[in-house]
Amino acid sequence: MVVEAEKRTIHPHKFALWVAMASIIMMFAGLTSAYIVKSNQANWEEVRIAPAFWYSSIVIIASSITIQMALRAFKQREKPRYRTLIVVTGILGLIFLVLQYYGFTWMWDHGVRFQGSGAGQFLYIIAGLHGLHVMGGIVALLVTIIRAYTGRIQRYNSVPLEIMSTYWHFVDVLWIYLFLFLVIMK
Amino acid sequence: MNHDNNQHVHPEVHVTHGGHHVEHDGDGHHHHKETFLTKYIFSQDHKTIAKQFLITGMIWAIVGGLMSVLFRLQLGYPDQSFEILETFFGRWAPGGQINPEFYYALITMHGTILVFFVLTGGLSGTFANLLIPLQVGARDMASPLMNMLSYWFFMLSSLIMLASLFVQTGPASGGWTAYPPLSALAQASEGSKIGMDLWIVSMAMFVVMGLLGNLNYIATILNMRTKGMTMTRMPLTIWALFFTAILGVLSFPVLLSGFILLLFDRNLGTSFYLSDIYVKGQILPNEGGSAILYQHLFWFLGHPEVYIIILPAMGLVSEVMSVNSRKPIFGYMAMVGSLFAITVLAFLVWAHHMFVSGMSPFLGSFFVLLTLLIAIPSAIKVFNWITTIWRGNIRFTPAMLFAIGFVSLFISGGLTGIFLGNSTIDIHVHDTYFVIAHFHIVMGVSAFFGMFAGVYHWYPKMYGRYLNNTLGYLHFWVTLVGAYLIFWPMHYMGLAGVPRRYLDFRLWTSFNQFDNLNKFISIVTIIVFAVQLMFVFNFFYSIWKGRKVRSQNPWNATTLEWTTPIRPGHGNWPGEIPEVHRWAYDYSKDGRDFIPQTEPVNPDETKH
Repeated sequence: MVVEAEKRTIHPHKFALWVAMASIIMMFAGLTSAYIVKSNQANWEEVRIAPAFWYSSIVIIASSITIQMALRAFKQREKPRYRTLIVVTGILGLIFLVLQYYGFTWMWDHGVRFQGSGAGQFLYIIAGLHGLHVMGGIVALLVTIIRAYTGRIQRYNSVPLEIMSTYWHFVDVLWIYLFLFLVIMK
Repeated sequence: MNHDNNQHVHPEVHVTHGGHHVEHDGDGHHHHKETFLTKYIFSQDHKTIAKQFLITGMIWAIVGGLMSVLFRLQLGYPDQSFEILETFFGRWAPGGQINPEFYYALITMHGTILVFFVLTGGLSGTFANLLIPLQVGARDMASPLMNMLSYWFFMLSSLIMLASLFVQTGPASGGWTAYPPLSALAQASEGSKIGMDLWIVSMAMFVVMGLLGNLNYIATILNMRTKGMTMTRMPLTIWALFFTAILGVLSFPVLLSGFILLLFDRNLGTSFYLSDIYVKGQILPNEGGSAILYQHLFWFLGHPEVYIIILPAMGLVSEVMSVNSRKPIFGYMAMVGSLFAITVLAFLVWAHHMFVSGMSPFLGSFFVLLTLLIAIPSAIKVFNWITTIWRGNIRFTPAMLFAIGFVSLFISGGLTGIFLGNSTIDIHVHDTYFVIAHFHIVMGVSAFFGMFAGVYHWYPKMYGRYLNNTLGYLHFWVTLVGAYLIFWPMHYMGLAGVPRRYLDFRLWTSFNQFDNLNKFISIVTIIVFAVQLMFVFNFFYSIWKGRKVRSQNPWNATTLEWTTPIRPGHGNWPGEIPEVHRWAYDYSKDGRDFIPQTEPVNPDETKH
């Protein structure tokens, strides 16, 4: 019994994040399965995917790499490198959101409005909701950055940063899934 | 020893919220200064949050119950006018007669309030918060802050829903399921205007509350158990609350995505759910939508939702029955297994609510099969409850009576589930009083009975006093008899074809035979409601004036919550968290009445 108890080393907050991610996945699973159901019905309208979404995909993958490097730098106690990398991640996150916004305006300008219920309208909602989740991540990143630059006490506990990076990878992978889904299923 | 080990298991806990986990000094007393505001209002103590959920749920139960009493009055006496209706509803009941359109709003709100605010928020919110840390041996939830936020989202959601009752065009009136197009088009009815928007926003807040709470419940059960508390030593209450939380975490987000599409349809001109619609002589531009899509998204939550309601009740009843029969629960692993089976099946049966939506009968037959499979774990549970009390040394406390009543109602309501799960029969009785009778008995009243069992049994832990027993017995008998008198006849009405959601059947001569029955049901409803108010009185009176609890373990139970002081502080145990050595059901073992979980196993003990 004791051995079993000692094996359970996952932090409750980390665990809660994993459950939350399962929950978020269910929300997008609901939307993408609605998309599939709708796309098999009459009057389905296809849509051209804005080029900006390709660029934003590259940016968010890059940000995933930088946050991983930041986490490693933190664990190796290389503070300056950690600070730079976490700021770079934040900037890449902002660039991602700006590119998403460009993608939306490109589609709007190409005549995809809210009227209807085709691929375009689903894309606005799916990508928009994903954007909200990235925005939440950026707020958390901002807190992490402020913590990295302020505070006299040296923090060695990597759990908050690990939670941050897990979430960030999650929104990255989620976007890649959603993007591929939208490209393939249009 | 124990203390050291705790530090070893959760080394990070101290770092992240050391303020609440005062395990450093092995002392559970809370050293922070507490004001009225931090102790009773913005409390992070799971026990206080549980009471907040319970009392909020009780207020909602009175509001939702009163609605049913008032519309039952009109249903029983459709030709008469009642001044009280005008007093409560104003211009919605001009001259004391309920406006038919407002009747829709009333049943919509009655359903929404009872299903979500009372039997989800009030039931699992209360007992998950109260029992999880106490029974697994934790000082508090994994994240007390999130736990507090969960309650405040419940409050926010409640306030928005309450506000919707007072807007000029009235609350949502498209049924608690909010099917489009009625819910998607403001011009469809008065209730589909601002009332519907408030309903959706309130429900979105409710989803947030559910997620914050459920995340915490799962994380606490899996990560914060005390030393020795393996999963198979947990009381069945915890297992039930665990599966409830899993259901909530995985099904509510799908409802949220359905609501998001609905909000876009309502306000931004999309047509996910709308197509070819003609309202008040006007052709709408929406094309290509599918109203059935909403039904799929809704029932993917909607069906697990009924298990979110009933599983906690099952858990509470299992525990209360075992304690008061002085016998171990029969078939512990079978109980856990059937809870698991119900959880899995809950996600696979949603389309049985849609047999008449034009679904392919071939597809329907799969859902019939999966639906009927639920009868197996349900029957296992019923069998185990009955065998638990079989030849037990039963103490008929009010809690025990409510637990037995739960099993009775669960059988009665469950049997009609077999009728409705068959699409061939369902097509005939769909949207009749048969359905009303079925779900009110099996998930409405029986979940209430589980909740009452829990309140009577754990009230001494919550307030350090007992509820009044005499009032408790009166409450039980009137409610049990009343519930059967109200809902049993509705089966016959349903089989005769009486449809739900109609205010007045006078023009329907074939249903005249039920006129007196309708009056009878209405009268019983009023009596049963009055007895519930008596329970509310008992509840609040006993907080201050009830008989004081003198013993740490008033029910002679084995579980950990009874090892805490009579009025535990924040942190639950003043010293170290006790270590657990055995499962939760060692009753009448080796000539001893009960052996607490904290007692080490004696080498001479018989094995169970």
